[in-house]
Amino acid sequence: QKVTVEVLDHLERLALVDFRDAEGVERLQKAIQFADQLHEVNTDGVEPMDSVLEDRCLYLREDDVTEGNCTKELLKNAREKVEEYFVAPPGNIPLPKLEERETFLQGS
Amino acid sequence: AALKGALRLQVSAALKEGHVTPTELCQQCLSLIKSTKFLNAYVTVAEETALKQAEESEKRHRRGQPLGVLDGIPVAVKDNFNTAGIETTCASNMLKGYISPYNATVVQKLLDQGAVLLGKTNLDEFAMGSGSTDGIFGPVRNPWSYSRQYKGKSVPKSHSEDEESNWVITGGSSGGSAAAVSSFTCFAALGSDTGGSTRNPAAHCGVVGLKPTYGLISRHGLIPLVNSMDVPGILTRCVDDAAIVLGSLAGHDPKDSTTIQDNFKPFELPNLTDVSKLSIGIPKEYHAPGLSSEILALWSKAADLFKNAGAKVIEVSLPHTCYSIVCYHVLCTAEVASNMARFDGLEYGHRSDMNKSTESLYAATRREGFNDVVRGRILSGNFFLLKQNYENYFIKAQKVRRLIANDFVKVFRSGVDILLTPTTLSDAVPYMEFIKEDNRTRSAQDDILTQAANMAGLPAINVPTALSKRGLPVGLQFIGRSFQEKQLLTVAKWFEKQVKFPMIQLEEVKRHDRNVFQYQKSASFS
Repeated sequence: QKVTVEVLDHLERLALVDFRDAEGVERLQKAIQFADQLHEVNTDGVEPMDSVLEDRCLYLREDDVTEGNCTKELLKNAREKVEEYFVAPPGNIPLPKLEERETFLQGS
Repeated sequence: AALKGALRLQVSAALKEGHVTPTELCQQCLSLIKSTKFLNAYVTVAEETALKQAEESEKRHRRGQPLGVLDGIPVAVKDNFNTAGIETTCASNMLKGYISPYNATVVQKLLDQGAVLLGKTNLDEFAMGSGSTDGIFGPVRNPWSYSRQYKGKSVPKSHSEDEESNWVITGGSSGGSAAAVSSFTCFAALGSDTGGSTRNPAAHCGVVGLKPTYGLISRHGLIPLVNSMDVPGILTRCVDDAAIVLGSLAGHDPKDSTTIQDNFKPFELPNLTDVSKLSIGIPKEYHAPGLSSEILALWSKAADLFKNAGAKVIEVSLPHTCYSIVCYHVLCTAEVASNMARFDGLEYGHRSDMNKSTESLYAATRREGFNDVVRGRILSGNFFLLKQNYENYFIKAQKVRRLIANDFVKVFRSGVDILLTPTTLSDAVPYMEFIKEDNRTRSAQDDILTQAANMAGLPAINVPTALSKRGLPVGLQFIGRSFQEKQLLTVAKWFEKQVKFPMIQLEEVKRHDRNVFQYQKSASFS
C-alpha cells in the first residue's frame, strides 16, 4: 500500500517539512512498513499508556510569579524584532498548492 | 612522580588536601581536550568560564570550605542541555549560534555544587541516532581506536592517508560525553537517554553509563526528544562516581512537573560482600538476533559469576521485548513531530530569509535547519498522528507500551531484584562500516537491548565488563526496579569490582609532562 501523493502533500503542509527527494518518500514508506509490525500484537482490553508515572498525581505549583522580566534576554536570540515584538511575515497565507510549490512531490 | 594508574587516587580528597588545585586540574583537562581534539568529542570548550569556576573553587578550598565532593571537579555536558551564556546547538544548524539564556536544572545543580563546566559535547543531531555520527560537527571518534589495546588499526598505505582510517564509533547519541569521560578530559559527563543514548556509548567507550528512573531527575532545560521517555544520563569512570553525581542531581524540580515529589536522599554505596539474598533475572529475549557470540559468552560468564557467589540466578521472560523497537519507532516519531514544532525561526535559532508568508518561512527555516534524519522522523510522526492513522498506530503503540511495561512489573513482582542483560549486540564497529546503513536501520538494530527500559521508565546501568577480541570495550547492563537506584548501583558496584575492567592505554596523545595524566587517570573522583 503506497502512500498517495495527496497524503504526502498533506504531510508536508502539516509538518512544514518537505520530502527532499525520492529517498525521503522511500524513508516514509519503510517507516510505515516497519510500524505495521505492531498489528501482530494482540492488545484487546489493553489501555493505552501515556506515562509511566500514571499512578501518581501531576505536580501543580502555586500560581505565583517567581521569575520573569527577562524580555531583553529572550529577544537577544531572535533575528528579526521590533521593540518588544518578534517579527513574522504575513500570516493567513497558506502554503502554495502542490503544483506551485517548490517540492520534490511535484510531478510525482 | 607520576602515579599513572598505579594508585586509585581520590581526586576530591586530593583537592581537599591541596595536593592539586582546582585550577591545575582544570588546566590539565583543557590541555588534554586540545591534544585529543581529533576525537571531536567537544562542540564548545568554555575555557574562560571554566577557569573562572576553577578559581572560585580554589578560593573555597583555601578557606577550607569546599561545597562538597563535586567542588572543583571538571565535568562536561551534552550539547542538548541548555547552558546559560554558552552556545547550545544540539549538533544542528537549527540551533547553531543559539546562546541559551538559562541553565538546565541539572547543569545548575552541578554548578551549585562547584563543578567546573569544561564544555559541551558532541552528539547525533537532536540526539537522534546511535552512533554520534549524524551531527553537523561530524562524527565522534571512540578513544579506544587510539588505544594500545585496539587490534583493528589499519596500516597506513601512505603518509597522506588518515593513519587511523579504521577508527571506531563511540555509539550514541551521547558519544561526545562518553568519549570525553573515556579519554580522561573530564571526570563525569551528562548525556541523555531516550532509547539507550547514554548506555550504548558507555558500553562502546568502556565507561559507566547510568539511565535513572524516569521522573527522578529534572528534564527542565534538556531539549526534548520524547517527553515521556527522555531522562538525563550520567557517564563516569566508576559506579561510585555515578552514585555521587546522581545524588547531586536527583530530586523534585518545581520547573519539571514530571519529576516525582518523593523526598530523595543521596546515598553512599555499601561495599556488598554477600550476594546470596539477591535474585538476578536473565531475560531470554535479550538473546536477540545478531548478538555476537563473544557478548553472549560474557553475559553467560557474568551470570555464572553471580551464581558462584551465591546469588539466585534465574531465566525470566519479557515476551514483548521484540516489539519495543517498533513501538518506540512510532511513539518517538510522534513525540518528535510535536517537539520539533517549536523550531520555526521566529524566537530563536536559525531563521530563513524567506519572508513571503509565515508558513513559507517556517517551511524554509525547517528545510534549512534540520538534517534528513530529523525531517524523516517529523514526517513519519505526522503520518502516524493523522486522523486516519491515530488509532491504528499511535494508540496501538501506547497499548503495546503498556504490555512492555507490564512484562517488567510481572518479573519484578515474581521476586527478581535485578535483570542482567547485554547492552549492545557487538563491540564498536568501524565508522566506515557503520555509515553503510542508514540512521533508522542502525538505531533499530542498536537500541534493541536498551530501549525497553525507557519504555517502562526503569533505571538501567552499563558497567564496562571486558575487552573484545578486537581489544574494544564490551559492557553489560543491569536493569532495576523503579526508583531503586541504590540497589541497582550497589549490585553494579559489586560486579565492577569482580570484573576489574582494564584502563585504556591511550598512545596517540602527545604529553609534555607525565604528570598531566596523574589525576586524570584516577578512576574515581570520590
